[in-house]
Amino acid sequence: MNLTLKVWRQKNATDHGRIETYEARSIPAEASFLEMLDIVNERLIEGGGEPIHFDHDCREGICGMCSLTINGVPHSKERGITTCQVHMRKFRDGDTIWIEPFRARAFPVVRDLVVDRTAFDRIVAAGGFISVRTGSAQDANALPVPKDDADASFAAAACIGCGACVAACKNASAMLFVGAKAAHLNLLPQGKPEQDKRVLAMVRQMDAEGFGGCTNQYECEAVCPKEISADVIAKLNRDYTAAAVKEAVC
Amino acid sequence: MASNGSPLHSAVPSGPLADKWTKHKNESKLINPANKRKYSVIVVGSGLAGGSAAATLSELGYQVKCFCYQDSPRRAHSIAAQGGINAAKNYQNDGDSVYRLFYDTIKGGDFRAREANVYRLAEVSANIIDQCVAQGVPFAREYGGLLDNRSFGGAQVSRTFYAAGQTGQQLLIGCYQALSKEIARGGVKMYSRTEMLDLVLVDGHAKGIIVRDLVTGEISRHAADCVILATGGYGNVFYLSTNAMGCNVMAAFRAHKRGAYFANPCYTQIHPTCIPVSGDYQSKLTLMSESLRNDGRVWAPKKKEDAEAIRTGRKIAADIAEDDRDYFLERKYPSFGNLAPRDVSSRSAKEACDEGRGVAPTGLGVYLDFRDAIQRLGRNTIEARYGNLFQMYEKIAGTDPYTSPMMIYPAVHYTMGGLWVDYNLMSNIPGLHVLGEANFSDHGANRLGASALMQGLADGYFVIPATLPNYLAGQKPGTVKTDDPAFAEAEEAARARIHQLLSVNGKRTVDSFHRELGMLVWDKCGMARNEPGLKEALARIPAIREEFWSNVRVPGEGANLNAELEKAGRVADFIDFAELMCHDALNREESCGGHFREEYQFTEADDDVKSGYTNPGEAKRRDDAFCHVSAWESAGPGNTPILHIEPLAFEAVKLSVRSYK
Ligand SMILES: Cc1cc2nc3c(=O)[nH]c(=O)nc-3n(C[C@H](O)[C@H](O)[C@H](O)COP(=O)(O)OP(=O)(O)OC[C@H]3O[C@@H](n4cnc5c(N)ncnc54)[C@H](O)[C@@H]3O)c2cc1C
Ligand code: FES
Repeated sequence: MNLTLKVWRQKNATDHGRIETYEARSIPAEASFLEMLDIVNERLIEGGGEPIHFDHDCREGICGMCSLTINGVPHSKERGITTCQVHMRKFRDGDTIWIEPFRARAFPVVRDLVVDRTAFDRIVAAGGFISVRTGSAQDANALPVPKDDADASFAAAACIGCGACVAACKNASAMLFVGAKAAHLNLLPQGKPEQDKRVLAMVRQMDAEGFGGCTNQYECEAVCPKEISADVIAKLNRDYTAAAVKEAVC
Repeated sequence: MASNGSPLHSAVPSGPLADKWTKHKNESKLINPANKRKYSVIVVGSGLAGGSAAATLSELGYQVKCFCYQDSPRRAHSIAAQGGINAAKNYQNDGDSVYRLFYDTIKGGDFRAREANVYRLAEVSANIIDQCVAQGVPFAREYGGLLDNRSFGGAQVSRTFYAAGQTGQQLLIGCYQALSKEIARGGVKMYSRTEMLDLVLVDGHAKGIIVRDLVTGEISRHAADCVILATGGYGNVFYLSTNAMGCNVMAAFRAHKRGAYFANPCYTQIHPTCIPVSGDYQSKLTLMSESLRNDGRVWAPKKKEDAEAIRTGRKIAADIAEDDRDYFLERKYPSFGNLAPRDVSSRSAKEACDEGRGVAPTGLGVYLDFRDAIQRLGRNTIEARYGNLFQMYEKIAGTDPYTSPMMIYPAVHYTMGGLWVDYNLMSNIPGLHVLGEANFSDHGANRLGASALMQGLADGYFVIPATLPNYLAGQKPGTVKTDDPAFAEAEEAARARIHQLLSVNGKRTVDSFHRELGMLVWDKCGMARNEPGLKEALARIPAIREEFWSNVRVPGEGANLNAELEKAGRVADFIDFAELMCHDALNREESCGGHFREEYQFTEADDDVKSGYTNPGEAKRRDDAFCHVSAWESAGPGNTPILHIEPLAFEAVKLSVRSYK
């Protein structure tokens, strides 16, 4: 198939950046979206140009590295997948495709389609963990966890930290990401002792990083490749309020 | 073949196998808490092995610097592991024990692993599960709230812990959270998007690394009291593999060039159940978890004509009558059936396709069929067990595995070879320790499913914290600084190499070289190898190298994010590494595990075949000549590497012909 690509090019963080147009000819329909970009890049290089930079690694929807906004939607309009799982057979011959980075104030562009998402790492470092020193654990089956709790925790833990939720939100809010991490840990008995400290610290770090507030648009849930439910946001709000009240009383 | 180098000392403690690790820990050196913080440790890699080591060493009080090439430590390739992690918990009461896990792993590795290391791995496996659960890793549970298990290849017990098809992700997130906690506390300084370009040796000891900041291109020096490499495997030497795109051999190979021995590079694992190749635009292959073989049945048509009809679209799987189907794993290995180990299963699939019975359009593919399981258990159960994997298959292959069988073919997946390490996980270079897939120690010539995650976490959480003081206690902390001339030399060399890559300015892309190399090694050093083929590869690799360095095109500058430059550095090392791999494969004149030399296989003339113990065509080891580890020393560019041998002594198990009948 033949396509026209409108691609965001930006040399580095300080460059202004602009959309450039590329013709992608004879693309096999079985190729993935990123393989299509590989083909375009190889031709660019052979022609003396500079390839389009984009993040990727596992190419099977689990590492969270790939991060393209395709025709205005993070990871494309297809539900429940990452950019690397988009296949060209979903497009039509002659289509024009707009390819832009995940945009948000807290995700500055590094180059072309590559953005800096280290803000997420700092939020996790603020409290997204259970403090257990290696070697100090009891037998794994000493603490049974009801299957429903374990399953709910797992559903939240499926987050791959890609940042599509932020890129889709008009406020660039990170509530789905933070809510997912908090729910994963707070739903487990192991996570209870640090629950209050965790939610207070993570939410404060989120604010400090410049993410916006949540105004219940649910765009985040719609683009999440792991289909994490916005219920985790409601839970985060409850957990946060409870912790803030306790903190105020103490 | 005799070695031309000096023998190796594995530092395995004396005494009965089951007591060795406890004895070793008791006799290991200790560093008191006040002194630990004076020591600094460099950890390259933030996967399960590196991440768990960095977090634990920091908890113990060492000052740790950790490096990874991704934008976050959470994205290391370990994240992609699907199926599960083994542990000898015997929660199922099905007769499992430390000894059985040890024995399955040794046998699975075709008796080419070091007994003491494997026993230790089985011994600490149970602690790993405890640790991960305490961190909040959401493993699958039964209705009573206790942990669930499943079976994996090469075992007759259920000892695999899992979190749907995302076990690696959940384990790595647990590890990443532990690491994040230590980063916040100030014990670990994390360097993401940073690539190690070289190892720095001072007076023969590993004391630092040279790195490149992948965003700014800045090259810098880092000194420490020791260096730990946990940089993963080299499967991408084949270009197409199930590994993440960035997986590479650079860090290990740079260390090799600085004197570290590379052990058993020819031991590579070809995983039987991957989505077949469909075209030359393809950038990677996708694994379908081995757990699928718990319920899926592998088959190919008995008749070539049926296979031909399927390939050309005249028939579909459902048209093939039950009697005309060859469930070849069940037929050949009745006691393990579809759960035969990977090397054995892969070769059987290749055999069926070589006979013209392949069903994919390219001829390279067999069926993995869930029809019977769906009939027996119902669609809902199958969906609960494998839903996400079925979905993944459908997205890529475009057909629905609930209604028509999956098509699968073997693909490069894992590398058992790696830098040589002793029982302390220290290489032959004092101070250089190697963990996880990057070392060679525990899987012999074939790794069993669900044991790489176990090994990575065993190495990082439990082994290295106990063994590192054996080296560090003999070192005065903080003596080496980055103004040592050795750093200046290594930095200069790294800069010169980048300059060279950027200035060739030829006509061919980096990927085109990588594809060419990959095709060659897949063809000559893949699932089956022989002497003429390996010699041909060894003759052709130097030509690829020469053309690479005179005709590669790496656009852009060094002082910027430059993905082509990163790839070029990795591919340059893959070219040199491929040569080493072929040397090793040629030298090992036997078949064992993933290393199948066509000249060495069982035939009708062998007693073990006559007695029905094994099948003709199975791998034939030569214990008299090759019951050893081959560790290669670099002899400089263009020279044949020097072979060092570590004999493998088996005290607790009896060497036997590996049979899964
Ligand atoms: C698709 C797939 C599924 C799998 N499923 C299973 C399974 O179910 N069970 C199982 O037991 N095993 C499985 N495996 C194998 C297992 O996942 C790996 O062997 C294991 O995770 C490797 O861990 P590691 O920590 O050694 O390396 P990795 O996780 O590969 O980490 C390597 C680290 O090193 C860093 N690095 C590499 N080079 C450099 C450099 N030059 N400079 C700086 N940093 C560098 C990377 O950034 C990364 O952080 C699977 C593998 C694949 C490919
Ligand atoms: S590249 Fe890993 S999720 Fe897309």
